Amino acid sequence: MTIYGEKRQGADTVLIAGVAIIVAMLSIVPMLRLAFEIIMPQGNLSAAPLRTALSGSATWTATLHSLQVGIGGTLLAVILGTAVALLVSLTNVRGRSTFVLLYVVPLLIAPQVTALAWLQLFGPASPFLKLIGMAPALGSKNPLYSTTGIITLLGVQYGPLVFLMVRAGLRKLPRELVEAALSSGASRLTVLRTIILPLMTPSIIGATALAFVSCVGNFGIPAFLGIPAGYLVLPTLIYQRLAGGGPAVLSEVAVLSMLIGLIAMAGILAQDYTSRRRDYRIASTSLPASPFELGRWRPLAEVAMWLLIIIVLVLPIVGLFLTSLVAAYGVPLSMKTVTLANYAFVLFDHAAAKRAFFNSFGLSIAAAAFAVFVAVPLGYLITWRKRWWTRFLNLSAELPYALPGVVLAIASLLLFLKPLPIIGLQIYNTIWIILYAYLARFLVLALRPTISGLQQIDRSLEEAAQVAGAGLIRRMRTIIFPLVAPATLAGGVLIFMTAFSELTVSALLWASGSETIGVVIFSFEQGGDSNYAAAISTLTIVVIFALMLLTNLFARSLPNGVLPWRD
Amino acid sequence: MAGLKIENVTKTFGDYDALSNVSLDVANGEFIAVLGPSGCGKTTLLRLVAGFEQVNKGTITVGGKVMSDPKMNVPPEQRRVGIVFQNYALWPHMSVSENVGYSLKVAKVDKAEREQRIRQALELVDLQGYGDRRPANLSGGQRQRVALARCLVSTPSLVLFDEPLANLDVHLRASMEDEFASFHKRTGTTIIYITHDQAEAMALADRIAVMDKGHLVQFATPRELYEQPATPMVASFIAQGMVLPAKVLTAEVNGQCKVDILGQEAIFRCRTGQAVTGDAKVCIRSADIVPAENDGIEVRVKRSVYRGGGSRIEAVAADETQELHFDLADPKRLAEGETTHIAITSGWVIPEANV
Repeated sequence: MTIYGEKRQGADTVLIAGVAIIVAMLSIVPMLRLAFEIIMPQGNLSAAPLRTALSGSATWTATLHSLQVGIGGTLLAVILGTAVALLVSLTNVRGRSTFVLLYVVPLLIAPQVTALAWLQLFGPASPFLKLIGMAPALGSKNPLYSTTGIITLLGVQYGPLVFLMVRAGLRKLPRELVEAALSSGASRLTVLRTIILPLMTPSIIGATALAFVSCVGNFGIPAFLGIPAGYLVLPTLIYQRLAGGGPAVLSEVAVLSMLIGLIAMAGILAQDYTSRRRDYRIASTSLPASPFELGRWRPLAEVAMWLLIIIVLVLPIVGLFLTSLVAAYGVPLSMKTVTLANYAFVLFDHAAAKRAFFNSFGLSIAAAAFAVFVAVPLGYLITWRKRWWTRFLNLSAELPYALPGVVLAIASLLLFLKPLPIIGLQIYNTIWIILYAYLARFLVLALRPTISGLQQIDRSLEEAAQVAGAGLIRRMRTIIFPLVAPATLAGGVLIFMTAFSELTVSALLWASGSETIGVVIFSFEQGGDSNYAAAISTLTIVVIFALMLLTNLFARSLPNGVLPWRD
Repeated sequence: MAGLKIENVTKTFGDYDALSNVSLDVANGEFIAVLGPSGCGKTTLLRLVAGFEQVNKGTITVGGKVMSDPKMNVPPEQRRVGIVFQNYALWPHMSVSENVGYSLKVAKVDKAEREQRIRQALELVDLQGYGDRRPANLSGGQRQRVALARCLVSTPSLVLFDEPLANLDVHLRASMEDEFASFHKRTGTTIIYITHDQAEAMALADRIAVMDKGHLVQFATPRELYEQPATPMVASFIAQGMVLPAKVLTAEVNGQCKVDILGQEAIFRCRTGQAVTGDAKVCIRSADIVPAENDGIEVRVKRSVYRGGGSRIEAVAADETQELHFDLADPKRLAEGETTHIAITSGWVIPEANV
């Protein structure tokens, strides 16, 4: 009756090496390639591209614009998101979970879809404004084609991001701290000012940095709102340069992408600084503070809440939907003009659009599946096998997502412009280069929930399996994966949603045959076919909302905070 | 089953010494408790024996086979050491049977034998018929027993208990203590039982290793620890002994010597070879203190706590620094602030007074 443990001494090494190589291939290698291009453009030591890029006035105008909309959008997002988080978390407003579900939707809708929806809502051709008889004269300028328009939409898009982070912070606020202050005689406003907000500073600062990085790196909103107005930010400048000059200008746009990377890096460093001072583990089992009674102000607060939902979500989507139902630009919507022809066209007639659905679906599924399978061993190393280098591994996995998508896209272009060495495979101008970029960019979306899941699981569960004789591979399969799978899979769903209508990366990497949904929406809109763009956008919103509701069904088995839209 | 030999083991984390030069020799089938306040290094010791941490110095031998030394570490999965974790560590995604049978499955034991051994293990902990339940649907005591069965089923050479009763309520603790004792009797397994509760350790263990600040302070039977504590720490940690300064007036004869304590002379027990010293420490139990007439030691009562059938008196000696406590049987009573006289009838001269 002797029992021997599994002798797989090599498994540890293989796992660690395998995971490290994958992370390096997806993060370190492209970034090094980019850095190499900046120092040695096209393989020769030269400062010419650097000089060209940095001496052009367009570069500095775009940098200034990037900072402008970045700071403006961040401020709006922080104010909106924090206010909503405080209202929802600390007061007794009703309908909270539905509100959270709806408020988070703009974050999950691709920025270019948000942009398109708002454009359709406010433009002179807006079927909605026409319906209520408030449409401006045809030919007049859409008010959203402006700096204010971009800032507003960035604020709307990333307000939920701030909301989620501040809300997560508020949830961990032990109620004793609030109750102790109340029983010391402080009024609710004083408690908010002297206890709650100071304790929330790490969350708010972290959220601010994240919102800033997202705003600065955003491509969809300034592309739809800025390009027509001649207002370029760095990502759209890079896109235009590359679209006009092709691979010849790669060295120059590499410098531009470094510039945007540096701006974003400032935000990342700030965020890393604050998150290091925070322990993500649930320290106390205390219940959240009991909500403040709003009394007679409650109906007012609730009206404001739902008004916000109507403004940031319902109206734009209605505008988008109505546009998708009219036959042509500017046609007013009536029972006579309403048509599903746009849907039929993009689903069945337009070859590129048909391909795009197929491509985006495949890319999203592949990126999600890959991330799920890499995230579990990677998360395991980072949380339960802490060494000096696992933190580095974590940062490396974060990098391709934290940096603006444009940076990763340029790095991928540089990496794969020439056929792969040795095997001679050419993936430039194919769908595979987009897949590579997606794998790199979205891995962290599955890694983060995995890490937070693992942190909530007692490690003795693994140790118990270890003393029972199970080797690493078996423990991974029978203990760790089953325990953390719900969290990781939820991350996979998040990846699918994000990748499904992604534009920033694919706008720079696509070629004929490898169009994505995001690219097709962009092309239709640029070609003036807003109706087709609206039809596809509506379809993506339907897909995303259906996925949200579907995953909600399984939310019970998930650790808290894994599904952003679930309260 | 096997003995465990820990020789000169040192474990450091950074520049913090979690364990310094600890040696323990545990015989086959012995029930050993490792006792100490939190942070004393007992959990580190357990993790070293299990193989989760690697020693910096020294060796750990199980059943004659070296498991750890500074150059080599047999991984936990190959040690055949069982652990009952403080929080049971039952896998929530598996049924009771799957939890118990996991190690057999890992060892590729065929299905029929596996099922039979799972059944036997569940019978042993009195959980027949619970095989299909999920851990979430069990009570605290039942989970504890599943954890026991899980660790038993693979016939480990050594079973480690990591504060297994810390999460249970008082009533359950007593019954689980009985359970552990009978478990040990039935299986004859060598057990290392980590705890910070001295009553638990005294009740269960053949021998107790008392640890403090990473050092092994004393390794002895419960009776010896109580009667002859080696250091002031052990004296005060075990059954709340009082540690008082005293003068040893005569050298040891037949295990006894004369001491001067609080100005009174008394005959105390002491170690063989105890020499005369003016700087000794003695250990006194409350039972060693009896009320005396006016010629005794004068003390002032600080607090009197009724304990049913008598009171526990906390008092301070005339010099206002030495605190004493003793039991006063009904119907006698003492009020707070009152002065009274006591005599110290017996005690133990602590051998290593200045540790």
